[in-house]
Parts: sequence; structure tokens; C-alpha cells
Amino acid sequence: MTYEAVIGIETHVELGTRSKMFCRCPVDFGAEPNTNVCPVCLGLPGALPVPNRQAIEWTIALGSALGATIATNSVFHRKNYFYADLPKNYQISQYDVPLCVGGHLDVDVDGTTARVGITRVHLEEDTGKSSHLGGDGRIHGAEAVRIDFNRSGIPLMEVVTEPDIRSPEVARAYAQELQSMVIALGVSDARLEEGSMRFDANVSLRPHGTETLGTKVEVKNMNSMRSLHRALSYEIDRQTKLLDSGGTIAQETRHWDEANGRTDPGRSKEESSDYRYFQEPDLLPLEIPDEMIDALVGALPELPAARRDRLTELGVDPASAQTIVSGDLIGLLDDAVAAGADPRAAGNWLAGEVTAHLNRHGGDPMSLHLDGPGLAELCGMVAAAELSATAAKEVLAGVLAGEGPPRAVAEARDLMQVSDEGALGAVVEAVLAEHAAEVARLRDGEERLVGFLVGKVMAASGGKADPALASELIRRLAGS
Amino acid sequence: MTDPADLTIAEAGALLRAGDLTAVDLLDAVRRRASMTEAILHGYLTIDHAGASEVAAEADAALARGEDRGPLHGIPLALKDNMVTRGVETTAASRILAGWVPPYDATVVQRLRAAGAVIYGKTNLDEFAMGSSTENSAYGTSRNPWDPDRVPGGSSGGSAAAVAVGSAFGALGSDTGGSIRQPAALCGVVGMKPTYGLVSRYGLIAFASSLDQIGPFGRTVEDAAMLFEAITGHDPFDATSSPGPVPAVRASLDGGVDGLRIGVLSELASEGVEPSVASAFQDTLERLGAAGAIIEEVSLPTTKHALSAYYLIAPAECSANLARFDGVRYGPRIDGPNVEQMMAATRRDGFGPEVTRRILLGTYALSAGYYDAFYGQAQRVRTLVVREFAAAYERFDALVTPTSPTTAFPVGSRADDPLAMYVSDVCTIPSNLSGDPAISVPVGLDEAGLPIGFQVLGPALRDDTVFRVARAVESLVGFEARPALATSEGAA
Amino acid sequence: MPVEIDIARVARLARIALTDEELEHYGAQLTGILEHASTVQALPTEGVEPTAHPLGLVNGWRDDEVGATLDRDEVLAAAPDHEDGYFRVPPFLDE
Ligand SMILES: [Mg+2]
Ligand SMILES: [Zn+2]
Repeated sequence: MTYEAVIGIETHVELGTRSKMFCRCPVDFGAEPNTNVCPVCLGLPGALPVPNRQAIEWTIALGSALGATIATNSVFHRKNYFYADLPKNYQISQYDVPLCVGGHLDVDVDGTTARVGITRVHLEEDTGKSSHLGGDGRIHGAEAVRIDFNRSGIPLMEVVTEPDIRSPEVARAYAQELQSMVIALGVSDARLEEGSMRFDANVSLRPHGTETLGTKVEVKNMNSMRSLHRALSYEIDRQTKLLDSGGTIAQETRHWDEANGRTDPGRSKEESSDYRYFQEPDLLPLEIPDEMIDALVGALPELPAARRDRLTELGVDPASAQTIVSGDLIGLLDDAVAAGADPRAAGNWLAGEVTAHLNRHGGDPMSLHLDGPGLAELCGMVAAAELSATAAKEVLAGVLAGEGPPRAVAEARDLMQVSDEGALGAVVEAVLAEHAAEVARLRDGEERLVGFLVGKVMAASGGKADPALASELIRRLAGS
Repeated sequence: MTDPADLTIAEAGALLRAGDLTAVDLLDAVRRRASMTEAILHGYLTIDHAGASEVAAEADAALARGEDRGPLHGIPLALKDNMVTRGVETTAASRILAGWVPPYDATVVQRLRAAGAVIYGKTNLDEFAMGSSTENSAYGTSRNPWDPDRVPGGSSGGSAAAVAVGSAFGALGSDTGGSIRQPAALCGVVGMKPTYGLVSRYGLIAFASSLDQIGPFGRTVEDAAMLFEAITGHDPFDATSSPGPVPAVRASLDGGVDGLRIGVLSELASEGVEPSVASAFQDTLERLGAAGAIIEEVSLPTTKHALSAYYLIAPAECSANLARFDGVRYGPRIDGPNVEQMMAATRRDGFGPEVTRRILLGTYALSAGYYDAFYGQAQRVRTLVVREFAAAYERFDALVTPTSPTTAFPVGSRADDPLAMYVSDVCTIPSNLSGDPAISVPVGLDEAGLPIGFQVLGPALRDDTVFRVARAVESLVGFEARPALATSEGAA
Repeated sequence: MPVEIDIARVARLARIALTDEELEHYGAQLTGILEHASTVQALPTEGVEPTAHPLGLVNGWRDDEVGATLDRDEVLAAAPDHEDGYFRVPPFLDE
């Protein structure tokens, strides 16, 4: 039998506010353990939460960008469950009246647009972080657990989709598009590896052509776009095989094991959870003024889809446009174009070398040693044949390493292209003299030997020769 | 000359400013009184000798410099031990917080310090303020200063008893279902619950967040009013605290009751009320009438259900509020092979029977399938109570009831029957549900010599009316009796 | 209203380890209290909204500003167990 996958995704996004959701502790990811804590986020007796207006506004902004209806009346609830890194043993979250309801996100996969419905966007608080000692750092077999409450109380925005997703590809595209959206709004750095954006997926299968929903399995612990795709592919495959062999799917939570490429069941709970939600009596109901919503909608930045369209219209390659927008490099591209760069060339550099550099070294676009005018200079030097493609890559590497602007790096590293006939002529003559036999065959009409000789000239010049000029000089001096 | 421990805050303040007494003298007087009474009374859990001495000396030095921080300057006060005090052990009378030294001060503590008050110690209570007698304290029962075989009431029984005997000039308590007013009545002092939202709850160890309110105890209405003015006002650390202006209560204290319309809550003023309490109540009504108040009966039928609603709402909120006591970050821990068992063992060992009972009750009332029948319905009934009170306040400036249907009961007499104990709060619970202000003022003694309290309720934010009527009652009745324990002969 | 309570499950949810005798004792008491409290169910409350704050206040939010944090040594001094700046607890049973 063939099956159709039914996938819904829950995304938690840590907001980049200055202070935490319900207290004034700084949101700061690199701090020493248990230093960004206060009575509130440690759950000390007597402490009370006071909500951060900025986090509420940013949640409304994301909801608006997704086309959600903003609830003018909303409330916080307590979600009760015991967990050692949850200081109050309840999480302040939202239940039946979230801030944002409905909306959708369109994603393109292989030229087809898939619409993913948004169920809700709500606001809650993050937990502390546990690290397991012994047992290879995993929960199973650990001897003890250490807890750091610095993360406790950081605002978390939760985005829940309808079960509209039918493939791991659409799931990944949705995740990327949501990430781009969050980045465009500037509300989070949305880094999967560092956990500031986290995905959980609900996966079930049903026979093609049917509408019934199968048993849902929750898949957790996917901390890259790649592992999201892999985990869902694995899980669909696992469920397919199980159903085909006459088995039944257990409703459970499974954890993605990146190293072994498989999902494993969590220890099943003896009874289903009962969160005993009730309205948080330490907080007042939210009554969002219309003017506040209007101001937030009015201040929405250009969204990812519009950004991609604009870049493509400028002439940027569509695949590059996607990478630039999701990598938050559009500011750099706009600056470079403003400084005179060719959009397509600048786009290629950003989507290629610059993105590769960021992936290798981490860090965010703001901390790059490359600015718009610098990128424009690099593009200009290539266009003016002052740098070969190879040399340009090396120059960019130098710029990114902080050695200075492109021209300075090119000069310091002695990479300026030799386009001067006199200087290059001497190199060509020497190469021709060294390869007399090939020169003779070229004269006899073996055209492909021009490329061979250009290569030799490039090597002899240390990569600095202008290949077009070298080719011309070879033909002229060889008299072919 | 009078022992300074028997002075009111107003009198002590006047002598302090006249240079006849120092803050250190006042503290010494309180110390002597405590050393006379504490062995019997057990009003205090912790006394901060060093801290109090330092602050008293500093208060004297400040006054000598001409720096006067107001009516509480240099006055020794007591705090119920569910308000956190930086550097001074705070347990809420629970084993689960044994030895806990908070790293921060409650907002009310900061305000009292800023007002120059001397915080002498932390008083006993029913564990986590759950109870009406202090018998639920993990550290022993406080005794009634009028008869040590009887309870002082609760949950703020230690504060009420300390103020009654003079081991503090005034005190703070917390009132979730009557926990200030009922012990005030049983100990013969004034106890007041402000409008919900007027006093910050930041640093008050929560029992039921939507009902809890901190308030003052004093030997006179004026003393309670001074404390009220020192602790009220918006606090940015409590989202539920009122940002609006606080009624000025001292300015209108002596306004009298001439022409005031006072409603007698018929449901709460009759059923189950002991004859001596009923007769003192009637006598007070007559005096108020003679002073020009217009007295009428009023029926608020929903208040009969207030007790039931309360015993669903308060446990539900407490079940979540007390979840944080898990042996991870503070308090003692009972070890276990895994964190789940460690928490369950720690909580079993740390909570007493009443607290355990209420946590279980609240957990059940919130659990799936029962939420709407219990907690949801109780919250809607609460709205009915609020509406009924609001309608009554269109016709009346204030409402009155006995504070407690009975005078102080013997230690142990109700300990095995939670429902009988809960009934002690039948007159006080409605104003916690409505959030309105209420006060208890002593109006007499029963035939056994035990004090009787008279309760005045007012509409939200009319705390001034409540104080004004109470002040009128105080002067009309002229209650002057002091417990035997407060005199040297009584303690000997 | 007759009340049925799975008291063992309630105690697990509340994370309190109780013996069988204790469970039975509390179960009986809860049943009594709830039967009494369930008189609230007789009141007509259709269309009645629950009370969120007696003064009808809303929002109560604050600006996104950073304030003081606690001293770690003072915080950890109150903990039953800690090491290297972390709180320490026994291993987790599930997930
Ligand atoms: Mg969540
Ligand atoms: Zn904090």
C-alpha cells in the first residue's frame, strides 16, 4: 500500500529581548552558569512574574506577518508538570486564548507552492538547561544531573502548524521560511544549532486517498534543517515498514539520533500527562489596544517572499536569493548594490563564499569583516579584470579574515592580475620557449593546446595573469 | 510610668520625638515583654536580635540628625513568617523550608525598612497560611494570650498574639480567607485586609494568589492605619498591584458614622453565631445607630456558597503555587534514586497534613474532566459574589458581620475535622472572593473572658470607609481590656 | 454529587509519595470536602465570566529593561546540592 504522510510542526523560538519574559534578568547566551538569575526565574518562594511588553509585541508582529488574527483579549495560563529544570514546576504559557490564531505560510518546493496553515502563535517561558553526568551525557544511564537556570524564563514564541505538510521537503522548506521570517523581523537569531529555534514534528501516515488520521508520533531533537529532513524521512520509512508488515503505530515521543540516523522511543510514561491548565492568577488578562496592533503591523519589515522577489528582479540568481534571505545577508547585498556592485555577481559571492564562511566559522552576518562597499569593490575588480576568479576568492578570504578591504588585501597578497602586455609578454615568451613541441602542434592546428599553454602561463605568473590576455598573446606570439 | 511595650504606635512615636524614649528603649521593652510571654505564647518563629538592635540604634541616630522617616520610625514590628526577609530565616512554618535564608526582601519589608521600622522577628502561622488556628505550624502551636489553652486563631495567629501582648507594637499578616481578621478577633486586636491589589504580594510566599493580601495588625485602628499607609501603593514587581491612587485612610479616620448607611449581612450575622458573639454584635449595632448610622438588614444569598467556592479556588491555586518546593534549589532534600522519587519523598516529608490535603484537593479540582465542574464553576460563583456585593454597595456605605461565629476555641478541638475548622472562616471568606477591604475590631469579651471581633466590610478601594467605621466602633465601644499574659502578674 | 477520586493518580500528579493508608485517609477526606463544595454546582452561572482581577485591571506589563541579578554564591548556598556553579540533582527517570 502507498501512504501519505501527515505532518504538523511545532516551533519554539527564543526571542532576543534584552530581558527575560517575566523578570529583568538579561538574556545572554554565553554567561557563566546560574549568574543570570533572580528570585523570579529561579522560582524562589514569594517571587512574581511581570510580563515583558516587547515579547508580546514581537509575538503579535510574527502573527501579523503570518496573516494570523490577533486576539485583542488573551490570557496566560499555568501548565503544570514537574521537571527539575522547570523552577516553579509549572510553565507560564498560553492555552485556549493565545495571542495569535490562524494564518499561513507559503513555501516553494520544486516549483510548486505548498500552503502550510498556522494554527496559533503563543508566548511562554523557556526552562533551565540540564546536563547529564556519566552515561555519555545522555539521560539514560546518567549518574547525576547539573542544572543551569540562565535560560529559565527566556521568552519563547511557539508557532504551531495545521497537519498540512505532506513531505520532509515541504517540512524543511517551511522551517527555512519560518526561520527567514523570524530573522527578517529581527526578533531572534533563530539558530538551530544553539537551540534558539527548535522544531518538534508530529508524523502520521494514512493510505493515499483517505482522509482519516493515523496514530501520531511526536519526533523531537532535530537541531539542523538537515536533521529535520532526515528524521522525518526516517520516521515515514519506519512507519511505512511497520504498517506494511501488519504492525500498529504506538502513540509516543521519539528522539532523533543524529549520529545513528534513527529515531528512538522515549521511555514511555506510565500515564498520559494532565497539565491542569488554569489562568495564571499572578498575571492580568491581556487587552491589546488596536493602536498597538496597527503600529506593529505598520512597522513590519519587508518579508522573505517579497525580499526574494525583489532580489530576483534585480538579477540575482533565484537560488542565491533564497540563501541570502534565509542567511540574513540581504542588508549586505543592498549595501553592495548601493555602492555600485552588480547584483548578480554580489549575490553569487554572498550565497557562495560568504555563506560557506559563515557555515564554517559560525558567527552572524553583523560580525563579518565585509561590508557593502567592500563587496562592491571586489565585484568591480573582477569586472575590470584586475582579479582573476581564483585570486578573487583568495582576496575575499583575506577580507573575511580581517586583513582589510579587497584592494588592500589583493596588493598585500600580491594578487593583482597582470594585465600589462609587456610584463605578461615576457612570461608568455618564456613559456612558449619551454614548450616548443606543443607550440609546433598548435601551429599545425591543434587548437586545444591554447588552453594548455594558458594554464602554464597562469602557473608561471602565480595565478595573477589575465587569462584572456594570456590567450591572445599566445596566439599572437605563436603565430597560430 | 506605663511599660513602653503597652504604648500604641502613636503614643510611642510622640515620646520618641519628644526625646523621652529612644528606639532602643522601645526595642528593649518589646524584648522584655517577649521574654515574659514567649515561653507560653510561642508567637515568634525567629527573632532577629542583631538586625533589630542595629536598625533601632540607626533609627535613634537618624532622629538625632533630624531625619524623621514617618510614624513607624523606630517602632518594633513583627512580620508573619511567610514574608521573605533577606538574611533572616523564612519558613512559612513548613518543614519544607527549614533553614531557608532568602536572598531578597519582600516589597512590604523594603517599605517598612524605608519607613524606619525595626523588624523584631518573624511570627508563627499555620503552615503556608493554611489554617485558622496555627495548629498546622510545623514548629508548634501559638497560644491565645487570653487563655493559653485556646488557639490564637489563624493563620496569622503569631502576629495577632504578639501584638495583643505587646511583644510587637504592630505586625503584618496575610489574609487569604480571613487569616488576619479571624486571629485579630480571637486575640482582641485590630486586623485589616486591604483591597486586593493595594499591597504588593512580591515576597509573600503564595498560598492562593488571587485571594492573598497582606495587611496590618495594631492595638488600635489608628496604629493599623499607620501600617496600612506605609505598605500600600503600586509595585512594578507585582503585575496585579493597582497602579491607581491609594485611599488616604488616616485623614478621614475620625469622620464618624453619622448618616452612613450600614448593612447587616443577615446570612452571616445569625446562623451558627454563638450567643455571646451575637449579643456583642447587636450591642455594637445599637451604638452605631445611636451615633447616627442608618442600620438595615441586607441579604446576600450567594455568600452562603462562598465557603464552597473558596475551598475549590484556594486549593487549586495552592496546588500550583506549592509545586516549586521540590528539593532542587532550596530547602531540605530527601534523597532518592532518581529526581522524580527525590521530589516525591521531599514533598511527602516536607508538607504537613493540611497542606498535603489542600494540594491533593486542588490537584484533583484542576485535573482533566473535573476542571469545569469544580474550579471553573467556583470562579463563576466568585463573579456572582462580586456582583452581589457591588449591588449591595449601591445601597450601603459599609456592611457588617461578626468576624468569627465563635470566640477562641480550645487547642486540639477542631484539628481532626477539616470541615469544622473551615467554618471558622465563613464570615471572612466572602471579602477575599470579592477582593474588597475588611477590618476586624474588638468589641467585648464573652463570659469566659475571650475577645469578640466586629467586622466591617467596604467596597473596593474604600479602605478609608472601613477604617473610619472601625474607628467609630472602637471609640463607641471603648474596649480597653488587656490579656492577662500582657501583665507581669499574668506571665508569672 | 457523589465524587469518585483516583487518589493514587492525584498524588502522583502532585508528586507526593504517600503510603496506601495515607492515600485511603486523604481520599476519604477529599470526598467529604468535595461533596460539600459541590453545592456550588447548583448555582446558575450560565454566561457568567470568571473573575480575573477584582479591580478589572488588564495588561500589567513592563518595558524590556534589564535589572539586578542575584549573587550566585548566595543562591547556591541555599541549595541541597550543587557543584561547579550548577545545581545538582539525581538522574532523570524519563526523557
Ligand atoms: Mg511550548
Ligand atoms: Zn530572573
